[in-house]
Amino acid sequence: MNDWINLHALWEIVVFGLLAGAGLPALFAVGLRFLAMTRPGSPGPAAAGANGSGPAPDAVVGGSTVGMVLAGICFVIVVAAIGWGIYFIVLSSH
Amino acid sequence: MANDILLALVVVTALAFDFTNGFHDTGNAMATSIATRALSPRVAVGLSSVLNLVGAFLSLSVAATIASGLVSTGEVTVTVVFAGLVGGIVWNLLTWYFGIPSSSSHALIGGVIGSTLAAAGGSAVQWKGLFSKVIIPAGLSPVIAILVATAGTWLVYRISRNIRAGTRNHGFRIGQIGSASMVSLAHGTNDAQKTMGVITLALIANGTLNSGASAPLWVIVTCALAISLGTYAGGWRVIRTLGKGLVEIESPQGMAAESSSAAVILLSSHFGYSLSTTHVATGSILGTGVGKQGAEVRWGVAGRMASAWLLTLPCAALVGAASYGLATLIGKPWGVIVDLVLLIAVAATIYLRSRGTRVGQDNVNAEWEGTVTETRAPAAAPAAAA
Repeated sequence: MNDWINLHALWEIVVFGLLAGAGLPALFAVGLRFLAMTRPGSPGPAAAGANGSGPAPDAVVGGSTVGMVLAGICFVIVVAAIGWGIYFIVLSSH
Repeated sequence: MANDILLALVVVTALAFDFTNGFHDTGNAMATSIATRALSPRVAVGLSSVLNLVGAFLSLSVAATIASGLVSTGEVTVTVVFAGLVGGIVWNLLTWYFGIPSSSSHALIGGVIGSTLAAAGGSAVQWKGLFSKVIIPAGLSPVIAILVATAGTWLVYRISRNIRAGTRNHGFRIGQIGSASMVSLAHGTNDAQKTMGVITLALIANGTLNSGASAPLWVIVTCALAISLGTYAGGWRVIRTLGKGLVEIESPQGMAAESSSAAVILLSSHFGYSLSTTHVATGSILGTGVGKQGAEVRWGVAGRMASAWLLTLPCAALVGAASYGLATLIGKPWGVIVDLVLLIAVAATIYLRSRGTRVGQDNVNAEWEGTVTETRAPAAAPAAAA
């Protein structure tokens, strides 16, 4: 049967496919979650913007410094993975 | 002289196939971004077109790989290549007319196998190679794509369920555009290479190039331009089916679908499987419907597509074989010219018929009413979008 299907490659495509194809968007979502974090002490997202002290509900960044740093780390990993993907395309075609 | 004319006709036909490949597959990368309005239709096809062009140039050493391991290359003549291309083009145009995202690679492979069968009989086709390299991967790839996209969608929704609307909308829009761009790039690399391979194959069959030679620069440039122009033309009927017909898509789903497609396509080509980007993209979009709670997946539409996928190889093969039969019946070079005239007539007929039920950037996102061409009258004046 292995003549017909390369089970080893299939297994690797599934595992790495899940890591890159599902893991990276999940990491991106984690980054967004950090980005939306509000400063400690400011009202939660539900009340934000209502009394003028928190960010407006349509603001992209929540305002927490720690959140922004953590978000930055997530986004750097995602961008690095994409860069590696492009490098991979160039490499595998030579 | 007759051989030179024949070769020139094959090159032109191959570029025409490349063009249909481009517009047939625009939706693989961009349908989700168009459906969620992350990008306007025109910007989406423009971006995809540029990235396909760039992607085509990323692959610099191209050999005549499309037929190797599938047919005995010794039996491949210039006429066989030509007839195979005719089969591929006719199938691509027919499926585009019905708005069915079917595989351009399968159409091409089917066409070449059909014309080889007609030319040299069943022994010239490597049936085992056909199964292990084409048919089995084609069956598995949508399943893997569904799995990856389902997992990705579920995770993304779970993680982002209660973050502020501003971050969510803006963030996923960027994520969606980024991931769709990766699919466009991968498409340019994979699919433009196939036509480059076909032209190289014809040049080798004609004796212009030595066997084992790689594609000359002019082949790379013309193929890159043809697929890029085709992408820009935008196969709106197919985009509509993928973006609106299967699942109602939101930005997070779009991002999950395109990430899954990009990952599966790139990984598979790394392991030497020349997959159909269409099968992967369709599987991914279905997966985002499965992974999101409460999303409606139109399995009927998916079933219609799957049956078209089963028909792709035999139907393209039939047209390829008929086209080869006619070409040899009439003889060189007139047989090929008659084929070409017939092909142009078929293409013109399909195009004219499509005008009656036109799908364009103005109505590509209209509410889905069961088929690609049944659209509610757009509420806004369509002239504004044109």
